[in-house]
Amino acid sequence: MAHAVDLIKSVEVLKDNIPTLKVGDTVKVHVRIVEGKNERIQVFQGTIIAMGGNGANRSILVRRIAANGIGVERKFLIHSPRVDKVQVLRHAHVRRAKLYFLRDRSGKAARLKEKRVYHRKTK
Amino acid sequence: MELGNDADDFYVVMQFLKTSAMLKSILGTKVGMTQIFDDEGNIIPVTLIEAGPCYVTQKKTKERDGYVAVQLGFQGVKERKLTKPHKGHLEKAKCPPLKYLREVRIDNHEDLEEGQEIKADIFQVGDLVDVSGTSKGKGFAGVVKRHHFAGGLKTHGASDRHRAPGSVGAGTTPGRVFKGMRMGGRMGGERVTVLNLEVVIVDPEKNLIAVKGAIPGAKNGLVMVREAIKQKERQGR
Repeated sequence: MAHAVDLIKSVEVLKDNIPTLKVGDTVKVHVRIVEGKNERIQVFQGTIIAMGGNGANRSILVRRIAANGIGVERKFLIHSPRVDKVQVLRHAHVRRAKLYFLRDRSGKAARLKEKRVYHRKTK
Repeated sequence: MELGNDADDFYVVMQFLKTSAMLKSILGTKVGMTQIFDDEGNIIPVTLIEAGPCYVTQKKTKERDGYVAVQLGFQGVKERKLTKPHKGHLEKAKCPPLKYLREVRIDNHEDLEEGQEIKADIFQVGDLVDVSGTSKGKGFAGVVKRHHFAGGLKTHGASDRHRAPGSVGAGTTPGRVFKGMRMGGRMGGERVTVLNLEVVIVDPEKNLIAVKGAIPGAKNGLVMVREAIKQKERQGR
């Protein structure tokens, strides 16, 4: 079956500019938006509350609090050509894979504890 | 073939293509499904088929066999796994040891030779193909699964009639159940053909074809990919 996996991988086109993403990360997703002939970039900033799929179908569910405290969730296929790039702004200490409990919380209760990641300098 | 400006040129061309068409059939195994993006960023569900290399193992002729067809062989196998008659048949066409032999009806096989290799490059991206395979066996299945019956009520006091077939006929007259009444029974494990699938990827080096959509059977199952027989109707849409 390893052969089959290789064949599937050979078809899937992955982006190389995607950083390592984890649930709880605060990210900026740059989305390409085509309006007629013009193309512009729209940024969606929020917290990753779930991840799904693998390979070329890897997706992230990003939640942000929009105006008037309304929660907005958007799912991105990170390897899609419509996603220009993804930036990680902050990591968080989380203990589960899906942060759906954030939907029931608002304000201060919806905060996640920051996890600082120190990258060891290469000698 | 000579072309004038007649209105029936189209018909002539079609007939010519039909008779001189190269063999557009290949055997393969189902690899699995994934999704790929097109240029606009739309997702396309694709099934990968490891198709070929196939070999022409025999040409059936009108004189000898009463019909015209090509026999294709597929998938290399250890020689000791084959029976002597099978081996002898392959040696006659100078083919390597092959596990499967399948026939394809064709109008004209003059441009084909026994022992000739058929690779995935007989198809191009954008072609429409039909894919045949053996569907997954479902065992003894009830009428809801097998014939899409609605079943009974789930609530309102219904008990043990949730997936029942209901009435199978009248009473004393006719006093029997008509033949062909749809009931539970063995389901799946039969030949299924899916028509008009679009070819999305062709990679002859990896012997790979990807078609848009699902195809019958389990992974590693033998499938036959053929040029779509009803594509003219579809293009007219």
